Amino acid sequence: MADLTTNFLGITSPNPFWLASAPPTDKEYNVRRAYEAGWGGVVWKTLGSEGPPVVNVSGPRYGAIWGADRRLLGLNNIELITDRPLQTNLEEITRVKKDYPDRALIVSLMVPCDEDSWKAILPMVEETGADGIELNFGCPHGMAERGMGAAVGQVPEYIQMVTEWCKKYYSKPVIVKLTPNITDIRNPARAAKAGGADAVSLINTINSITSVDLDLMAPQPTIGGKGTHGGYCGPAVKPIAMNMVAEIARDPQTAGLPISGIGGVTTWRDAAEFMALGAGNVQVCTAAMTYGFKVVQEMISGLSEWMDDKGYTSTADFIGKATPNVTDWQYLDLNYVTKAKIDPDACIKCGRCYIACEDTSHQAILMKEGRVFEVDDSECVACNLCVDVCPVEDCITMVELPKGELDERTGRKRGDYANWTTHPNNPSAQAAE
Amino acid sequence: MTTPMTPGIQSGRLSADALSRNFEDLHAPLDAHEARVAADRCYFCHDAPCMTACPTSIDIPLFIRQIQTGTPEAAAKTILSQNILGGMCARVCPTETLCEEACVREEAEGKPVIIGQLQRYATDTLMAKGVHPFTRAAPTGKSIAVVGAGPAGLSCAHRLAMKGHDVTLYDGRAKAGGLNEYGIASYKSTNDFAAREVAWLLEIGGITVETGKMLGADLTLDALKSDHDAVFLAVGLGGVNALRIEGEDQAIAAVDFIEELRQSTDLTTLPVGRNVVVIGGGMTAVDAAVQSKLLGADTVTIAYRRSRAEMAASPFEQDLAAAKGVRLMFNVMPTAIADGTITLEYTATKDGKLSGTGETVTLPADQVFKAIGQTLTTDAGLKLEGGKIAVDAAGRTSLAGVWAGGDCATGGEDLTVTAVAEGRDAAEDIHAAVMGA
Ligand SMILES: Cc1cc2nc3c(=O)[nH]c(=O)nc-3n(C[C@H](O)[C@H](O)[C@H](O)COP(=O)(O)O)c2cc1C
Ligand code: SF4
Ligand code: SF4
Repeated sequence: MADLTTNFLGITSPNPFWLASAPPTDKEYNVRRAYEAGWGGVVWKTLGSEGPPVVNVSGPRYGAIWGADRRLLGLNNIELITDRPLQTNLEEITRVKKDYPDRALIVSLMVPCDEDSWKAILPMVEETGADGIELNFGCPHGMAERGMGAAVGQVPEYIQMVTEWCKKYYSKPVIVKLTPNITDIRNPARAAKAGGADAVSLINTINSITSVDLDLMAPQPTIGGKGTHGGYCGPAVKPIAMNMVAEIARDPQTAGLPISGIGGVTTWRDAAEFMALGAGNVQVCTAAMTYGFKVVQEMISGLSEWMDDKGYTSTADFIGKATPNVTDWQYLDLNYVTKAKIDPDACIKCGRCYIACEDTSHQAILMKEGRVFEVDDSECVACNLCVDVCPVEDCITMVELPKGELDERTGRKRGDYANWTTHPNNPSAQAAE
Repeated sequence: MTTPMTPGIQSGRLSADALSRNFEDLHAPLDAHEARVAADRCYFCHDAPCMTACPTSIDIPLFIRQIQTGTPEAAAKTILSQNILGGMCARVCPTETLCEEACVREEAEGKPVIIGQLQRYATDTLMAKGVHPFTRAAPTGKSIAVVGAGPAGLSCAHRLAMKGHDVTLYDGRAKAGGLNEYGIASYKSTNDFAAREVAWLLEIGGITVETGKMLGADLTLDALKSDHDAVFLAVGLGGVNALRIEGEDQAIAAVDFIEELRQSTDLTTLPVGRNVVVIGGGMTAVDAAVQSKLLGADTVTIAYRRSRAEMAASPFEQDLAAAKGVRLMFNVMPTAIADGTITLEYTATKDGKLSGTGETVTLPADQVFKAIGQTLTTDAGLKLEGGKIAVDAAGRTSLAGVWAGGDCATGGEDLTVTAVAEGRDAAEDIHAAVMGA
């Protein structure tokens, strides 16, 4: 069995699966259970400054969207940082770290944007023996209105400044957690790096309204007839999170900056995908909140099976392996040709590929006598919508046209690699020679 | 005390409690959660095969999507606009040979979307709200006679009333409903559903029901033709095929037994044999056999003269019978009934012809039911074909101004859902004809 031991910023954990800072990591009781269940690390629920803690709403905190069979696909929340006293949390962190020295324990922090506040809290955190800190610059609701969380995370200069303070008053690794609620994720990542951050973690939750109560005429969750935007997470945010991870991983200015991947990780495969794009480990919240801590068992077994299959002996073998293959659209090979192919034996004759192509795409699927579906290569543009709407896995596949073969749609033979930068239709094309 | 073992034909073989348990709904209705889960499995197929397989062409993907999105009333309207007896069809359709057999998830996983039960969920939800979702068009001043208030007649009458015609719906029996009321196994239509559905259907207005009026006895086709602008005949098959064997007089028509059972208000008073034999291989045979068993008969045997594969009752019905403890015998035909026994002769098919092998077996049988098909009792002077009133695709008979549908007419299988389709389509043609289109 593959060794899942992961070294992230010099912090080793038995596997790359950490629990993200959130309710599952809000207190000693939960964290002990998480470690017992097999989680490699935990980012403690965000702590605030000393003094009266924040107060949460006592009405519903979550909104949700579901797929078939009411499977939770997306969750949003209007919860704030920990609402328990700082000292209680610090004592618990100290105890837990002592009992689980082989597991990663990171303390998430969010205090006001002035040096004194950071100077005050960091030594206390240092004393707990935790392995590092994570700066929560992402919380999109409640805290931003107090000049914290996303309010800081959206201003690169502040990120750099706070990171510098942390490096000054704290000796262990500093991870900056990024908010996705910005236009270009590379800017805050660059600022974190400039401030001396050891790593970035992303994403925090996305501003969202998941649903509207059509009787109350108010967003959900509804508190006394009103609602507010919350932070979106769960499987639905994974594509957004992965793009942001990849953007940072392939940005020359931040290349090599360690990344902790967060957002929608639900299975071993999600984790492998994040890591292939450049994340050194992953953090999980919604999957644990949906299924309990036991889900990590499937993540552990799945990842090691896959690593064994591929001959990877350590996670370092595949971390970032897909990063070089993330490129800009303009560099894609415009001479690469595939055609959809329907396996008649696997086909259950639902006709969804046909109607999708007929109504909304390129009229390239023929519906023949007896509900036999066939691709018309002379019309197929290879968009693969049919593959995506087919309910049967691998029933429709995209088959590559070998070089030199005729593409019946264009009437041209497949040529060598050529991209948009040299394409004749591109007004700013450079000559190929 | 009477028990299943008491010899002869006896009532009260089981306690009232046991009987009411036995005659509960075959499938308990889906609750809202079950319906959502089941609806989630539908793929919303293009040109859906299930829809093609439904004789009334209900837009199944649409109605299931309407359930899935929390609007079962809209789903019911989708169903009922194609099939006004969608509630009964949801209970009695042999879905395993119709819509559900064609469902792509049957092909994919061997488990179709449970279309029939979802249809019931939608229609029950609407009916429970006491809503009748159709209204009548402006009066046309035309009067149409519909003879027979079974599925074909009810469907035709409703569609005609909707078009603004005045309909007189005649039936020979005391209650409307036809086979829905008298002919369907009790556990498929519980809580007086057939009568409730008829009452709900009539809420459209414009339909006058005249029961106790039998074609041939109380009504003549000539008089109907002269009193109305058009006539639709849906008189069903009132006669029963004979066994033509020694002791025939000791055999009871299965349809009579089923009717008596359906109309009974106290099943403890309904007699049944200790050893029951049912002759036949269709749904009526299965219904009679299963209900005999449920009433407390000790042994029940279905004796069918051909092989299992040729049995008209679907594999689902066969399994249902077997699960209830009915024994299925194939390739046997009755030769004599005498002194509480029945003698069966084994059969074989040679050159496409079925004949006895000479070998026999005798079973104890204090009650024998015959269920080998029904026949038309009145031809009303119309052209027949294979023993049924000959009709074209629109339901027109050989006589101008007279249409026919349901079991009494040619075309389609003898199923409730087919009768509904025929009644509906004939109504459309009658409407076009009387309006002089
Ligand atoms: C209820 C709830 C509370 C959260 N609280 C915090 C928090 O205090 N600090 C923080 O950095 N992130 C917080 N998060 C964000 C998560 O740590 C994580 O970034 C996000 O949920 C995306 O991961 P997921 O898709 O695995 O859930 C919270 C998320 C949820 C659902
Ligand atoms: S009417 Fe019968 S055959 Fe048609 S969809 Fe409903 S259950 Fe299926
Ligand atoms: S065939 Fe099955 S899956 Fe397809 S539309 Fe009909 S019920 Fe739904």
